[in-house]
Amino acid sequence: MNRNGPVDNRMTLSFVSKPENVAFARAVVAMFASQLDFTIDEIDEIKVAVSEAVSNAIIHGYEDQPGEVRVEAILSNGRIEVIVHDSGKGIADVAWATEPTHTSRPDERMGLGLVFIREYMDEMRVDSAPNQGTTVHMTKAPRSATARAH
Amino acid sequence: MKITTEQKRRALVVRIDGELDLHTSPILQERVAAAFTEYPNLRALVVVLSNVTFIDSSGLGALLACYRDLSALGKRFVLANPQAAVRRVLQMSGILNQIDVVDSEAQAVLRL
Repeated sequence: MNRNGPVDNRMTLSFVSKPENVAFARAVVAMFASQLDFTIDEIDEIKVAVSEAVSNAIIHGYEDQPGEVRVEAILSNGRIEVIVHDSGKGIADVAWATEPTHTSRPDERMGLGLVFIREYMDEMRVDSAPNQGTTVHMTKAPRSATARAH
Repeated sequence: MKITTEQKRRALVVRIDGELDLHTSPILQERVAAAFTEYPNLRALVVVLSNVTFIDSSGLGALLACYRDLSALGKRFVLANPQAAVRRVLQMSGILNQIDVVDSEAQAVLRL
C-alpha cells in the first residue's frame, strides 16, 4: 500500500471513541470518497468497512473506555486509502486475529468486521502490537477505473 | 434510528427506520427484550428492514442475539424485506443459514 504518486486530496478526522461517532466517521469518509467515480454500491461498501474498523477501535482497542480514534483518508492514483488508528491495547498476534478461518465466525464481532473489510475493500492490512494501538489500512479503487486499467 | 412496534397475531412487529450499528443496535435489543418481558404470550418477532439504510457487524450481532434469545424461549424470528445493500451484508455473514428472510411484512405475519 505504498503511495506511488502524488496525493490528490487528504483529510484527517479525530474523535473520542464513542459509539455515537461511528456513523459520523463513515458518513465523512463516504462523502470524501465520492470525489472519485465510485458507484453507490461501492460507497456503501466503504461505509461498512469504515464502520467496522472504527467499531473495532472503540470496542477492542479501547474496550469501551475513552480514547482517541483517528481516521485519515487519502485520494491518490484514482483510489482511496483509509487509515483507522487507535492508541488502545493493541493485538498480540495480528496474523491469528486476522486469519479468515478465525475471523469468519458469525458470532464474533471483530472477526466478522474484518471479513467485511476484506470483502468490500481491495486491500487491507492491520498493524498492531500490545499496548501500542492498532492501525487498519485499507484501499479501494472504483471498479470502473479497475476495468479501464485492464 | 427510529423503532416502532406493533402486535399482530401474537407476533411483535418491529419496524426500524435508519441505520443499525454499534450505537443503535443495543437500542433494538433493549426494545425487543422489554416487549417480550412485558408480553410473554408473544410467539414471534418480525423485524421489518425495509427502511434500514445501513447495517454492519454490530447490527448483525444484535439481530443474532435477538434470534438466539427468542429461540431459547421457543419463539420464532423472521426478517422482512431488507434492501439490497443490507441483504448483501446478511448474505455474506452467513446469518441467512439460521434466520428466515421474507419479502414483506405481510408475508412474514402470514407465515406465523
